[in-house]
Amino acid sequence: MFQFDTVERSLSRFVTGAMARRAVCQSNPGCLSGTAGASSAKSLTGIRDVVGGLLPENVSSFGGEIDSVFRLILYVVGFFFVVAEILLIYFAAHYRRSRAKRALYSRGEKAREAAWVLVPAAVILMLDLGIDAAGHRAWALVKQNPPRSEVEVLVTAKQFNWNFTYVDKNGKQGSGNDLTLENELHVPVGKVVRMILTSEDVIHSFWVPNFRLKQDVVPGRKIVAWFKVTKPGTYEIACSELCGFGHYSMRGEVIVHPEAEYARWRAEASVGAPASR
Amino acid sequence: MGAGVQPILEADEFDDAIRRIPPGKIGVWWFLASEIMVFGGLISAFVLFSFASQGAFAAAATHVQWRLGAINTLVLVTSSLTMILALGYARAHNLARTRWCLLMTVALGLTFLLIKTVEYTSEIREGFVPGTSLFWSFYFGMTGLHGLHLIGGIVVNIFLLVAALRKPAWDFLERRIEFAGLYWHFVDVVWIFLFPLLYLT
Amino acid sequence: MSTAIATAADLAPVHEHELGFLRRYIFSIDHKVIAKQYMTLSALMALIGGGSSYLIRWQLAWPETSIPGWGPVGPDNYNALITMHGTIMVFFVAMPLLLGGFGNYLIPLMVGADDMAFPRLNALSFWTLFTASAVLIASFFVPNGPAASGWTGYVPLSDKALYTGVTWGQNLWIIALALEFASFLMGGVNFLVTGLNLRTRGMTLMRLPLLVWLELTAAVVFLLSVGPLVAGAIMLLLDRTMGTGFYQPDRGGDPLLWEHLFWFFGHPEVYVVALPGFGIMLEVIPVFARKPIFGYRMVVYSTIGAGLLSFIVWAHHMFVSGMDPRLASPFSVTTIMISVPFAIILFAMIATLWGGSIWLASPMLFALGGVATFLIGGVTGIFLGSAAVDIVMHGTYFVVAHFHYTLFPVVFFGGFAGVYFWFPKMFGRMMNEVLAQLHFWVTFISFNLVFIPLFLVGLGGSPRRIYELSSYETLKHLQPLHIIATLAAIVLLIGQLPFIINLVYSLLRGPRSERNPWHANTLEWTVDSPPRHPNFVVPPRVYRDAYEYSVPDAVHDFIPQDLAPEEAFGIRGVAD
Repeated sequence: MFQFDTVERSLSRFVTGAMARRAVCQSNPGCLSGTAGASSAKSLTGIRDVVGGLLPENVSSFGGEIDSVFRLILYVVGFFFVVAEILLIYFAAHYRRSRAKRALYSRGEKAREAAWVLVPAAVILMLDLGIDAAGHRAWALVKQNPPRSEVEVLVTAKQFNWNFTYVDKNGKQGSGNDLTLENELHVPVGKVVRMILTSEDVIHSFWVPNFRLKQDVVPGRKIVAWFKVTKPGTYEIACSELCGFGHYSMRGEVIVHPEAEYARWRAEASVGAPASR
Repeated sequence: MGAGVQPILEADEFDDAIRRIPPGKIGVWWFLASEIMVFGGLISAFVLFSFASQGAFAAAATHVQWRLGAINTLVLVTSSLTMILALGYARAHNLARTRWCLLMTVALGLTFLLIKTVEYTSEIREGFVPGTSLFWSFYFGMTGLHGLHLIGGIVVNIFLLVAALRKPAWDFLERRIEFAGLYWHFVDVVWIFLFPLLYLT
Repeated sequence: MSTAIATAADLAPVHEHELGFLRRYIFSIDHKVIAKQYMTLSALMALIGGGSSYLIRWQLAWPETSIPGWGPVGPDNYNALITMHGTIMVFFVAMPLLLGGFGNYLIPLMVGADDMAFPRLNALSFWTLFTASAVLIASFFVPNGPAASGWTGYVPLSDKALYTGVTWGQNLWIIALALEFASFLMGGVNFLVTGLNLRTRGMTLMRLPLLVWLELTAAVVFLLSVGPLVAGAIMLLLDRTMGTGFYQPDRGGDPLLWEHLFWFFGHPEVYVVALPGFGIMLEVIPVFARKPIFGYRMVVYSTIGAGLLSFIVWAHHMFVSGMDPRLASPFSVTTIMISVPFAIILFAMIATLWGGSIWLASPMLFALGGVATFLIGGVTGIFLGSAAVDIVMHGTYFVVAHFHYTLFPVVFFGGFAGVYFWFPKMFGRMMNEVLAQLHFWVTFISFNLVFIPLFLVGLGGSPRRIYELSSYETLKHLQPLHIIATLAAIVLLIGQLPFIINLVYSLLRGPRSERNPWHANTLEWTVDSPPRHPNFVVPPRVYRDAYEYSVPDAVHDFIPQDLAPEEAFGIRGVAD
């Protein structure tokens, strides 16, 4: 993760603190609260929470990497954006026409003049490449080298549901011992979960904001994604690719159990009929 | 550059090379560039699927009638030749031969379409339709699109033929035949790509 | 001196007077009439596009209420609305306005020609677009309604009627787009040949007004990028009507093929829209700052660079699509690099203001407003261009806000800047400046109030293209943002009334305009307002580029491109 100086750390604490205010229910599977300490009925409180923090709370092991690239980009572009807008507004105001002064005949083609544009552009290019380097690290971590997993789930999207099939203890599918749930994914905290995603009809997208996890789900393809959650709780899954009239309600839940609790749940669930709740 | 004025150029100094090319010709080239991208898109998709098909495309392709395809290739190449001849004769102001070459081009184009129709008919009778498999989808799609372009070219050439049946302004006719010829050669070249891809794998 | 031509009437070609109403105003081959036809079509389609945005925004703010003036909107209607909103705005509002309208009107005039290289092809291109619009509007009325797969038309959603329930609507959508592509292909060929071949004496490439450079670049980019999508659209139509399976995995097809073909075109397409918008700003800013554009050559090279780069960034729309993850880094690099030429162009515009003598008239306000808002769109693109961060942003409202902050500035701020600037030339009358200023401020403020909240909605995790937020507990608190955005959107739509009133009033009774009310340098300002037929009785001769403002020792603070040097510097004492 990037290490910045204390300014960045305190800014980041401010932002993270704000994010924490938006944490979803903790260690109580099935309970979904709104923003902690906020009454979701009052719209005014809702606005305050949103402005205070930008992104939802991150509870995944690689989320921090992605968030720090986000922050890096925010600071870099934020700086250039503010400078450019200030100059724009200042010049437009300061150089208003007056009878006394004629405009300066400056074509910006001499090297000294052109430098005012080209040097910032070159700086931007360098910073861009730096952003790319940071981003590449984060991307490779998330998408290119899935670690060994302890839980494996088959995820099948279908208009408009998420079906989760736990591979049988012996690792064989379709053995009749598979556990398939609809719209509920139970996982243990702190363990790598590997998903093999596919779709039965159109392209959907598996999106869990709190995990910084998004993967399009394509019919005819089996796509691997993984995550490791750092905090128990219940987190929402949304579909983020238009998939038909039910796209807006294609919601699921990831229920993250403490380890012992997960083992208990798994045992109970396998014993009962492998049907959806 | 001095303020307010840049060096005044004499007439031939700013007659840059681009402006010497007749507008119509440049127009046709730009049009052909975009058409190349259309067929390029289709052909690229075909090639990618062909590689991924693990032999399915090659198997399907055995049912394509390569002899008819080869004859059609000869027909089309010959028609390009007659088109070039038409231009040559037009430049030499030989009306009779220009007409004859245009007529031959049209006739050869129609022959191509006739042979293609024979192919399609027999393929459909054997049960190969666009929906049969991905190979056939591409086969009918690409040759169909090519055929539509060929029909367009034939129509243009018929117009030119009609114009040549009266007493044309040579300058007008020469240019039009040149432009039509560019398009015709393009249609020919597309076929030269399609033929090996579809018939010879 | 070309500005002192005697009446052109005696030299006008005979046919101008002999044309009937139909040939003069409907099937005209005059580029100026055709341009106005394009603009009229764009305005009419904008009513539908804007109307659909009203419905969308109302539904999002107050879900499942009955929308005033319309009625309730269900989820499948909603998907059709967002699809048609996007399709209409990009293909039937933005392109006809910026390319068909301003490009057609100004390219011949700015290069010193009497018309486009192929006037009849020009007319054909307009009528093809008209047909395309008719087909698209017809799709609203067919059984099972219009297309509902997004303007991006992803497969298999759009590939099989059973996934959306839409039957004829999607087919007509494909056909309408194909016709639109044909229209702009014809137009693009015309622009390129005119801009390259019909330049008047002395008009070298490096003396071309920047608008012409940007329109030509847009034309080339369009010409070379649209082909693969035409191929893809043919395959989609075949899938839907002839039982092929190009995009169906169970038949050996691949849904991602569509994404590649679509975005290979789709990304260059947004630059096709953006570049002419910038071109308008680049023309307006020097005139109202009385200064040369800062770094003309830099801007030209950046434009060409952006055009070239635009072809190798497309997969940034597909980072999480399931394509090979190894492709993400190269496309992140190219995508982030494309910010550099745009940064140069934006900085050049800002640098032009420095040391200027600025008049904040309405064209200038809109141009600067366009720069100020595009900056937001541009910087938010960096987040999306970095694959890792795109994981979080893709498919959310962040994307929606980003592209509205790029497209709206170039199309609407740029477009209005162009309208207010060239209205005197096109119609020979001045528009009302008070109404114009009101129009600007209402538009600028309300536009920002619509889309800043939507950035926050996206950062908060909300996907895009969703009918309402209420399904998600963790998104519900974002609802107030939607309400703010909708209230602002209503103000934005109503705020266009001053413009409409101004337009109609000025057309009928605006004060008469002189030839060159803004004291600008480009060649269109050397002919009558509105121009007679032919544009130039005597082909002009060009001595300089278009940005010689406030030249020391010149008689005036502007030197038209065709003014002989002796007259510019008062040697002969004859000045405009």
